[in-house]
Amino acid sequence: MSIQLEQSPTTGDEVITNYTINFGPQHPAAHGVLRMVMELDGEIIERIDPHVGLLHRGTEKLIEHKTYLQALPYFDRLDYCSPLGMEHSYVLAVEKLLNLEVPIRAQYLRVLFAELTRICNHMLNIGSHVMDVGAMTPNLWLFEIREDCLNFFERASGARMHSAWFRPGGVHQDVPLKLLTDIADWLDTRLPELFEDAMSLVVDNRIFKQRNVDIALVSKEDALAWGFSGPMIRGAGIPWDIRKSQPYDVYDRMDFEIPVGTNSDCYDRFMVRVEEVRQSAKIMKQCLAQMPEGPIASSDRKVVPPKRGEMKQSMESLIHHFKLYTEGFHVPAGEVYVATESPKGEFGVYLVSDGSNKPYRCKIRPTAFSHLQAMDFMSKGHMLPDATAILGAIDVVFGECDR
Amino acid sequence: MTVLHSAPKFASNEGVIETLSAALGTMVEASKEEHGEVVLTVARDQIENALRLLRDHHEYQQLMEMAGVDYPSRPERFEVVYMLLSVTKNHRLMVKVNAAESTPVPTVTTLWPNAGWLEREVFDMYGVIFAGNPDLRRILTDYGFEGHPFRKDFPLTGHVELRYSEEDQRVVYEPVKLAQDLRQFDFMSPWEGAEYVLPGDEKAEGDKA
Repeated sequence: MSIQLEQSPTTGDEVITNYTINFGPQHPAAHGVLRMVMELDGEIIERIDPHVGLLHRGTEKLIEHKTYLQALPYFDRLDYCSPLGMEHSYVLAVEKLLNLEVPIRAQYLRVLFAELTRICNHMLNIGSHVMDVGAMTPNLWLFEIREDCLNFFERASGARMHSAWFRPGGVHQDVPLKLLTDIADWLDTRLPELFEDAMSLVVDNRIFKQRNVDIALVSKEDALAWGFSGPMIRGAGIPWDIRKSQPYDVYDRMDFEIPVGTNSDCYDRFMVRVEEVRQSAKIMKQCLAQMPEGPIASSDRKVVPPKRGEMKQSMESLIHHFKLYTEGFHVPAGEVYVATESPKGEFGVYLVSDGSNKPYRCKIRPTAFSHLQAMDFMSKGHMLPDATAILGAIDVVFGECDR
Repeated sequence: MTVLHSAPKFASNEGVIETLSAALGTMVEASKEEHGEVVLTVARDQIENALRLLRDHHEYQQLMEMAGVDYPSRPERFEVVYMLLSVTKNHRLMVKVNAAESTPVPTVTTLWPNAGWLEREVFDMYGVIFAGNPDLRRILTDYGFEGHPFRKDFPLTGHVELRYSEEDQRVVYEPVKLAQDLRQFDFMSPWEGAEYVLPGDEKAEGDKA
């Protein structure tokens, strides 16, 4: 399509033809390595062809060559903004094949840290979304909270980001009581203060609304057809949350609400995430209040290794430890697809076992794949600067999208 | 079997196979329920019709995922698995088709627009052709990549490596050179089926013959 212009007094141009630009692969608003070939008509987007795969590392192939336990840390490195959310799907898939019971304290710890991961992830996304559309300050304040979260991860697992803390059968180590009390204090004081302060700058801000309201409208039918999940489908007004409808671990004991959007635009997706942070804090408080004492991993010694102290005393424990860290455990043949509500949406693991100590096939369902694919139809007819707002509201991380 | 695990609990599978087998009729080649998952195997040329029926009459509104799997020993070596989700019935279902390199699978982009990229990924990784997909390009591998990396006979190290060449002032592709062989540790217990052939073993075999 071309626009016929009036005689221009300055340049003498008469016809503007469509032109194509490259957005990325190195663009600060692309949240990683995304190359988008955009066809523009002036500043209006006509067509977007996202090229993904620049961060493809062949994770699924690597997992086929590792034992079940060795495969776990790869999941941290998929969505590096919410590592424990990724691990959660994988350990649940392995446990489903093994039909392994997880002690109740371990389930509470997993839910507690999965929700902390959600807060941590949303801090990054909310902050960078706000920055993509022009505001600087809230991002810096939200990174304060993110830093607190990462410190909590470090105190629980020893690693700030790549925790590798969830294990088939429970979690790796118990947490000190002081950590739980510190998290409780933080939930009561620092989190609401910093978060509500930062949000007071953004949510009713005129410029922020101008950049987000009525941008990238998606109907309920489209959201279903394009395979949306997480805040994207809730932003479209469908109250679908796997934590609520298909509860795993102790989510069925938690009392929380699912925020949904009314207008299905970028602003709604943003506000869904903002409310989810408050709901996550609510879930974490319930976890801390209800968490019982007890073991933090299954006592099935064919899957979960014994503690070091036991190994010094018992020959059997020593043999179990040796076998688990060399051969690994065997998983019954079969196939499962387990999906959990990761901070970004439905994160699924399709695990095929042939009965050996290594997965035969481990297909990872990234949340970003369906959302990014819809970029073309969501952006059509919008202005070029809106593309960054749409991308920010998708919450895309390429470690996970490209695997 | 009692359910001990704490993985996501969706609606009961009871009667699902009977209902869907009756509805799909001859399109279903096999069905099973294992580990709490319902899996239907559908005739390859009927997959589009079967999924349309499931979407329109059995409330499986969303295609969440498509996975390829490679079983080199089978005559039709690939499996394509469709993961369906019903948000109204709160149920998940897996539908499978078998395929070989030379047998195209009908596309389902006509039913779900997001199948486009999912089919591209299966094509890229396994080389399964989807007939009717309007845009069957590679998606995750490099521009100009050759081969299908997730096949079981594709080596983990790949065939080419790339580096920036100072002389040519550009990135060059070269055959993979490993300073040390890729080591695959096999920790399977020697009592459970690991078949190590030690030097000299063939003499013992020879004596028997």
